[in-house]
Amino acid sequence: MIPHSALFNKAKDRNYVADPAQAPTEDYHDIVDELEKEGEWIVHRVPDPAIEVKNKYNRTKKIPVEKTWHHKSCGQCGHIPGYSTAVFWINRQLGLDHHDPSDQTSCTAWNYYASATSNAAAQAAVAMRNFAAAHETGYYPIIHCATSFGHYKETRQQLIHNPELRRQVKKILEKLGKKLIMPEEIVHYSEWVHAMRDRIAERQVVDMSGLRATIHPACHYHKLIGEDAIYAPEVYGAQRSAIITSLLQTLGIDVRDYSTWYDCCGFGFRHILVSRDFSRSFAVQRKIEVMKEEADPDILISHDTGCVTTLDQSQFAGRAHDRNVGLPVMSDSQLAALAMGAHPYKVLQLHWHSTDNKPFLEKLGIDHRRAWAEFEAVTDEIRSGKREYLTWEDCDV
Amino acid sequence: MSAQPPATPGRLDLSGRQYAHVDYDEKERLFEEVKGDLRFDEYLYGCYECGICVASCPSARFYDFSPRKIAQTMAREDVDLFYVFLNDSVWDCSQCFSCDVCPRKNSPGGVITVMREVAVKNGLASAAEALEGYGRVVYKIMSTGTQVSPDMLSANAFPDWGPHVEEIAKNLDVWRRALPPETMHTTETSWQVDDKTIIELYLIWHMTGVMDMIKEVDEGLFMILQDVMEEKLEDAGYDVSFD
Ligand code: SF4
Ligand code: SF4
Repeated sequence: MIPHSALFNKAKDRNYVADPAQAPTEDYHDIVDELEKEGEWIVHRVPDPAIEVKNKYNRTKKIPVEKTWHHKSCGQCGHIPGYSTAVFWINRQLGLDHHDPSDQTSCTAWNYYASATSNAAAQAAVAMRNFAAAHETGYYPIIHCATSFGHYKETRQQLIHNPELRRQVKKILEKLGKKLIMPEEIVHYSEWVHAMRDRIAERQVVDMSGLRATIHPACHYHKLIGEDAIYAPEVYGAQRSAIITSLLQTLGIDVRDYSTWYDCCGFGFRHILVSRDFSRSFAVQRKIEVMKEEADPDILISHDTGCVTTLDQSQFAGRAHDRNVGLPVMSDSQLAALAMGAHPYKVLQLHWHSTDNKPFLEKLGIDHRRAWAEFEAVTDEIRSGKREYLTWEDCDV
Repeated sequence: MSAQPPATPGRLDLSGRQYAHVDYDEKERLFEEVKGDLRFDEYLYGCYECGICVASCPSARFYDFSPRKIAQTMAREDVDLFYVFLNDSVWDCSQCFSCDVCPRKNSPGGVITVMREVAVKNGLASAAEALEGYGRVVYKIMSTGTQVSPDMLSANAFPDWGPHVEEIAKNLDVWRRALPPETMHTTETSWQVDDKTIIELYLIWHMTGVMDMIKEVDEGLFMILQDVMEEKLEDAGYDVSFD
């Protein structure tokens, strides 16, 4: 029988701390190291200084501060470019050494999950080619897309457990003149933002204390090989992944809960491209409307290519159907950059987003009309041939 | 005999009648191919038939779709029912892996990934149909190394995303140059990818048999990709044929 005292315990009295010794999964660190000892691959070590955080089962994960090799996302760079620009801009403002490579392909996992026109060996070879390319530069891979991140974790799992796959991929990489390199940790940029949140907050120039926000964590971040995601006792008592929420709270934002937090965004990989009725309906009915009804947020912050795309772009059709929409969406990197004073159009590139974000900027006291005029002055100069590009120097604060 | 239409439109017909004309041996061959995949043993350990995966599944809310039924069918080795799901259900999955919450440690979404691959590899008509309209995306990722490029944003392709898409398309070249990262001034790819990198990607496709899969579901796309890749590989000094 359940003792009464257990039923009437207040939440604050329950302090769940995961015991790594009781974890239901093996520790990938041990196996990755073991396979290095056996000569199966070279482990790319996280460069110092690293920040130590905890994963789902309270094991330590190391996050590099700098010397980072930015594994970009095709959906972010292609359709929401302010997302990646914001990551680079924060690195630059904090004076951190980082590298934006052109010797990088997409992880190709969007296609793998959408069309299945690939296989385990091809996917692992693409991943390991990118990891080898990073290792050659001396910079440590940091993954911008949650699907790339999830897929690479899956690939690591498959390589760990299948000697035959390892041999096959090793042979392919040899033909490309590359070695088999496994990073010590697979790191998502949001984890870096989480680890750097205090330094970001030190540079905060925009007061965000009056803001209400909801967040959506990417399925491929915390569900796919879910043990390798960051958890922290100060965020939902370590019962939900800490990324995004931790940043927002550090910036003084009121993060509000809603009942479909765990639900996916409706992206669907193939659905967003060829079957969007599903994506639109799910995003609007299971996420946006629920957030608006239950949490009344000013902004929705997410951290993946597909989630930001689906949750933002789906609202236009929702409006046509008189649904309760109109919630601006951006990434944690964009919000962090905005807090540090980044330009809403030169850096955040908000004109690539769909849902109106002007009321949100106004609430923060940001003059978006002036900012847009400044951006247009640059594009006019590009059009007239007076200048070729917008540069980083144009974006410094 | 040709396939019969489902009993009720929108409802999954689990009777198997619609595939009664397909040899059991053929269904079993495909079933064994799924089971023989190196990922399968980590994706399915049995099934409690508890339905926890369904509770977390976005596709189950909108389609007549159930990861439980798929996991259960695979665990029970029901070959006839497997064939129904292989054709009529797997493409509804969102591949979100919410179902990884399974208490049996299954990944029904992972089982579905493998089933889809087997459907593609064997050129099933249902797979070709599911991928209709998707060819340009496959072309982009396989030939350029990045998937959804800036130049894919057009009002025709995304009429439901709002007027800003047309605005982006109109200003594409200038707006790409108004991005501070030097690698992102591109319009045909999401960032600038080195030629050497592309060659390495083509060699990976070649060595892993991915092009054979494309050939099974879309011969026209295969031929276009073959032309592009063989020419580039030849220029780089590789004598490689995808035939
Ligand atoms: S796959 Fe897992 S969650 Fe789904 S019904 Fe079977 S045991 Fe339950
Ligand atoms: S991966 Fe597929 S089956 Fe699993 S929860 Fe997502 S949509 Fe449902």
